[in-house]
Parts: sequence; C-alpha cells; structure tokens
Amino acid sequence: MVSSSNFLDLDLDKQKKIKLGLDLQGGSYLLLELDNEPVIKQKLQSKLLEIKDYFKKNKIKILSLKLDDKLIKLKVSKDDVEKISEIFSDKESTINPYYFQYKAHQLDVKINGDVFNLELSKYGIILIKNASLDQAIEIVRKRVDEVGTNEPNILKRGNDRILLELPGLDNPDRIKSLLGKTADLAFRLESKSSNESFGTEKLKLIETGEELLLSKRVIISGDNLIDASPRMDSLNNQTVVSFTLDRVGSKRFAQATKRNIGTRLAIVLDGQIISAPVIRDVIAGGSGQISGGFTFQSATDLALLLRSGALPAPLNIIEERTVGPDLGQDSINAGILSLIIGFLLVIGFMTLKYRIFGIIANFTLIINLILLISILTLLEATLTLPGIAGIILTVGMAVDANVLIFERIKEETSKEKNNLIAFDNGYSKSKITILDANITTIIAAIILFIFGSGPVKGFSITLCVGILTTLFSVFYIARLLTSIYVKINKNKEIIIK
Amino acid sequence: MKKDYKFNQYYKSLNVFSIALILLSLIFLIFKGLNYGVDFKGGTLIEIRVETEKPDIEVLRSNFNKMNLGKISIKNFGSDNDFVVKFKRDELNDPEFIENLQRNLSQELTQDFSFRRVENVGPKVSSELLKAGVTAICLSLMAMLIYIWIRFEWQFSVGAIAALFHDVIITLGIFSALSLEINLSIVAAVLTIVGYSMNDTVVIYDRVRENLKKYSDIKIFDLTNLSINETLSRTIITSSTTLLALISIFLFGGEILKGFSLAMILGVILGTYSSIFIANPLLVFFKVSQKTVLKEDN
Repeated sequence: MVSSSNFLDLDLDKQKKIKLGLDLQGGSYLLLELDNEPVIKQKLQSKLLEIKDYFKKNKIKILSLKLDDKLIKLKVSKDDVEKISEIFSDKESTINPYYFQYKAHQLDVKINGDVFNLELSKYGIILIKNASLDQAIEIVRKRVDEVGTNEPNILKRGNDRILLELPGLDNPDRIKSLLGKTADLAFRLESKSSNESFGTEKLKLIETGEELLLSKRVIISGDNLIDASPRMDSLNNQTVVSFTLDRVGSKRFAQATKRNIGTRLAIVLDGQIISAPVIRDVIAGGSGQISGGFTFQSATDLALLLRSGALPAPLNIIEERTVGPDLGQDSINAGILSLIIGFLLVIGFMTLKYRIFGIIANFTLIINLILLISILTLLEATLTLPGIAGIILTVGMAVDANVLIFERIKEETSKEKNNLIAFDNGYSKSKITILDANITTIIAAIILFIFGSGPVKGFSITLCVGILTTLFSVFYIARLLTSIYVKINKNKEIIIK
Repeated sequence: MKKDYKFNQYYKSLNVFSIALILLSLIFLIFKGLNYGVDFKGGTLIEIRVETEKPDIEVLRSNFNKMNLGKISIKNFGSDNDFVVKFKRDELNDPEFIENLQRNLSQELTQDFSFRRVENVGPKVSSELLKAGVTAICLSLMAMLIYIWIRFEWQFSVGAIAALFHDVIITLGIFSALSLEINLSIVAAVLTIVGYSMNDTVVIYDRVRENLKKYSDIKIFDLTNLSINETLSRTIITSSTTLLALISIFLFGGEILKGFSLAMILGVILGTYSSIFIANPLLVFFKVSQKTVLKEDN
C-alpha cells in the first residue's frame, strides 16, 4: 500500500519530475537492427583457421576442411573419427568451448561416416550476437554523443536490436545517415600484378568510378586511428580529413610508404575507395590526411565516424517515429483540456447525483489524482498522450468504487436503523465486489504493459497505478470522511440520493 | 424507491439481436477485413500542416502522386490545415528520403507547410506488432476466464467470457464496417474494454451469487432480474461518468486519440449492455441454482 511518508518525500526531492514521452515533448524514436550475417561469416572463417591450427598442433591428419555456407565440413581418416568426436564433445575442449551457463557447446557436431558437419549452435550464435550488440551500442553512443543531442536514451532490445530515443530532435536525418555507415576504414595498396587472384580484390573509386585492383592486406585500419578532424588544406583550398595514428599504426604506415613509393595507396571505407593517392614520400610521424572531394559537412561527418570507430556489422533502421515539437505541444494542450473538462463533467455529475456524498466522492477523486500523479513522478514513469487518456479514464472509473459503496449503504440504511452499523455493513459488503471488479482491469492493464510498446505502455502504467490509488483513496480517505459525517449525524436520518 | 424493471422479458429478443450483430460483424471482419494503420501494415505516415486558408487536398494529392511512391492515401486529419499521407515502403535505410520528399514538395507547393509527424514502420516490425497485439488480446481473454473461474462457478465464467467476446467482436465489426483505422492505441482500447466489461459483469454476478444464497425460492430467471435492478443505479452512474470522461477525450483530446476514445465509447456501451443482456441470460440457460453456488463453498 502507499504510505503517506512516500508522499511527503516528494517535497524533499525536487529533482524528480514527470518525464514526458516523445509524443508530447517531440523527438525521434529509432529502432535499429544489427545485420549479423557478416559477423557470423567472419567468425566461421576464423573458426576454420582455428581448427586447422589445432589439428596440426595435435598431429591429427585432416583429409579436407571447407566452409559450405554456414557449415564447416571436416573430413578425416576413418581411424580418427572416434578420437575427434571425443575432442569435440569434451567439456574442457578449447576447440569447441562449452558454455556452462547454457549447458551447450559452441558448435553442434553431426558425424556422417568420416565427415564431421560442424555448425554454430543456438547459443554459439547468441553469444556472437550479444558481443556484437554490446560493441555496436558503444559505437552508437559515441556517434550520438558527438552530434550532441539532448539526453539521448540508448537501450538494448533482444540480442540484435538497439532502441534509440532522441528527445527534442525533429529531424533525425543526420543521425540516421551517421548510423547507416559501418565506417570500416582500411588503407590498402594497389596490387602490383594486373590479374585478379586470391589475395586481391577489385573496388570502385567513388568519385571517378575507376576500378582499382587492391591487395587484400590491410596496412592500417580504423582501429589504429586515435583522432580525426576536418580541415581546410591551404595548398589547394580543399576540405580534407586529417588523422593521427597510434604507435603501431604509425610504424606500419611509415614502413609501407617507404617500401612502396610510386604505388597508389587506396583509402577504403565500407567497401568503396574514397581516394587513392600515389605515395610520393615516406610518411613518418603518424599523421596524414584524406582528401576525396569532401564538402565541409561530409568531412565533418567522416571525421566523426572515424573517431567513433567502426560498427561490427551494418545497422538497419526498422522503425522510426518522429514527432515535431508543435504537435507535441498541441497534444499536451489537448490532453490537459480534455482532462479538465472530463474532470468537471464527472464532478458535476456526482454532485448532482449524491449531494453531500457526491462532494465526499469528489474530494476523494482530487486526492486520488494527486496521488496518481505523485506516484507516476516517484516511479519516474514516462507520461504519454495515451497516458493522459489513462488518467482521464481513471477519473471516470474511479468513482465506481464510491458509487458501489454508496448504493450499498443506501440498501443497508433501509434495513438497519443504526446509521453506524448500516455504514459499516455498506463498506464491508461491497469490499469484495470492488476488489473483484478492479482486479479484472488490473489484469488487462498488466497484459497491455507486457505486450504494448511506446506510448501505449504509458497508458497501461497510468491505468494500473490509477486503480491502486483509487482503491487506497476510497477505502482510507473516503471512508474517513464518510465516518466523520455519519458520526456527526448519528441520530438523524441520512438519505443518500 | 425500489426499482423493478422487467429486464428478463427482453432476454430472448435482445439475444437474437446480439447474435445478429455478431454475425454481421463477423461477415464484415471476414469479407471486408480491418483497416490496419502503418503500425500493423508497415509503411510510412506523414502528418502535414499546410499554412494557408482552406488548402486544396487535390493539389497535395497530385504532388505526392508525382513522386512515384506507389499507391498513396491522403486524408484530412482533424482540422482543415492538417493532412495525413500514407504509403507503402519496405526500405527505411535511406536517410535522405524524408528530406528529399520535403524538398520536392516545397518546389511544387506555393504555400508554407511543415511535417508534424513522421512514422516509418518496417515490414518485420509491423508483423511483430500485429502478433503482439493479437496475443495480448487473446491472453487477456484467457486471464479473465481463469480469474472468473477461480472466483465463481464455471457457468459464470462462460457467461462473462461470452459477454466479452460479444463486446470485442462487435466493436471490431463496427471498426471494419466504418473502415476506421486499427493501430496500437485501438489494441489498448480493446484490452481496456475487456477489463471494463468484465468489471461490469462481475458486479452483477456478485449480486446474483449473493442473492442465490439468500433466496432459495426465486427462480434464476427472476433472480437475475432482481440482481440487475439492485445494481442498476451503480451500473448507470459508473457508465455515465466513464462515458463523460471518454466523450471529453473524444471531443477535446486531439485527433490522435479519436480512434482510441471512439473504440472505448463503443466498448463501454456494449459492455454495459452485455453484462445485463448477455451475461445473465446465460446463467438462466445453464439453469444455475442455489445448489450451484453452495457447492462451491464446500
């Protein structure tokens, strides 16, 4: 039950305020989903190498080992099948780790004669997804912070989704374009041969559309960057992004440039070449600049992306809701207006219907509303437009409990001469009915809370809390008031009508 | 003043009426279906305000039609100056989409305008939301069934659930017939209707049970009538105050809450009606007697 001391705490803690939902204060809600396919593919590639090394080290001969979509196929000699099967199912195994919390291995193993079919298990995939989501959230937070929005809210949803709430932002386009880029940066050299082979790859230069054959070897990646910022190049009046490398990066960069003077160095971002200057001199000192026909805005964005680091996998926007500040304010006004009118209508109705007891019910209703709003504040619940509707609905339904009691008392006074006993009976006999009737609404509200999303959740919270404050105010406050009234008028005939 | 209306005289005729309404609703739901909003169908919704007196919807429509967005729907939204445009879109990743749209429109349109609200829901999310909504409604019906089963005898439980189905199906039927939009807030309304209708039924059932224990000589047909009359003022007052609150939301709460409050108003009227004329005749049908409730106490 709600104690009165909780209520007093409110004055002491002035920090707490009702939070307004995005539909009331305006802002953007984005639901992002990580596309983990590339991460899983990469994990399987490295697993393949891991298995190869492991067998080599343990001197077990492999007849063939290949990756077939998401299935690792391992062929061994017939005599080794049993031994290898034991290795894979060993709980101490390093090659197929066992997760004690899930009671499952990383890989599901199926043996088909002398071929082992290895597949990531359900939990193996979940762990990969969780790790990649944690990493992505970190990067998303950095990028959003760099843009400097007001109190962003970044939350995990399931194991591959991120919920982003950006209060006050009425145009999420910039954030969307920043989050839409993986920002996987690599410096790679142009291949010396002109034939495509296993170690090379053909990529396009964005500006000219020219295709270059690049070596797959990455000289430095985004991980080696410690800083990046947009700058005006005074020589040719171009906007460039200048960067600073960490120690390892600078060393590698110096070596590579020293050995490859005259070769083109391609700067690859998310599978496309931004620019590919020819190396003219050794670049020591660990800093450099990227040019690529940037505008100041695009250079600023690229620098921001490079500073925040690469996402582990591409992010897709799967839901977006943006409310402008005007509409939010209009909704607040409409919500408050309808609350006041609804409240006055109900109060007027009750006064006309029950007179003195109507006034008691109305007073209870006011206390009820104050309690409801205080508790919502204490819970730091978010008030949404449907939430305001929930408060108005509570006003309409809250009088029900008092009506049930008054009607019951009416019946009891016609049978019982002693007013005190009649009132007591009225309260005790209607108690069960009131509880039964309100529990049904609470059940509906709880289910709505579990399955509802966004603003609708706000509705279920106000509805739930509203019922609790109603029960409290009716059984404690209204009861106190009616008993005072009845004691004063103990010997008069009391008519409720 | 003791009330003694003969509600039980109308049990039969009103039941026929209700069954007809339910069948009609089902026909609408099956053949016409529900008009799902972007929450459940996916796609893009844009609320636009045009800052001029009496803007022409046809000008807006032809401008949007020029942009190759596929089939678009455009409607007035509340005031003369506000419009809602909806169209299908599966790919939400293009960060410049809305900006381009805004730019295109500002080239064609001479009046000032602003996008007040933009909602993009991808196909995956919309199907999940629909599933969650249906699950929530089914679960709430089941939870009510179980709760009433625990608190009352099974006959009461069936009667209460029948009344709930009646309210939910007819409310949705009316939404289908009038092509009103079904979105997340309508699901919230339906769940609240479930709670409210149950609340109403429970109050009358409580009285029926009490009276069953008190009077052994009154037949259930008349006993339900007595119980309805005894709780009638409460039924009327509570429905009235709830309706007053809802009408206030409907009239003054803004366009976004219109569908929600309309569904709730329908639900409260239907819920009040069904707790009298559906829930009670079923107790008569099941021949509930004093024995039924006394058995429960042992």
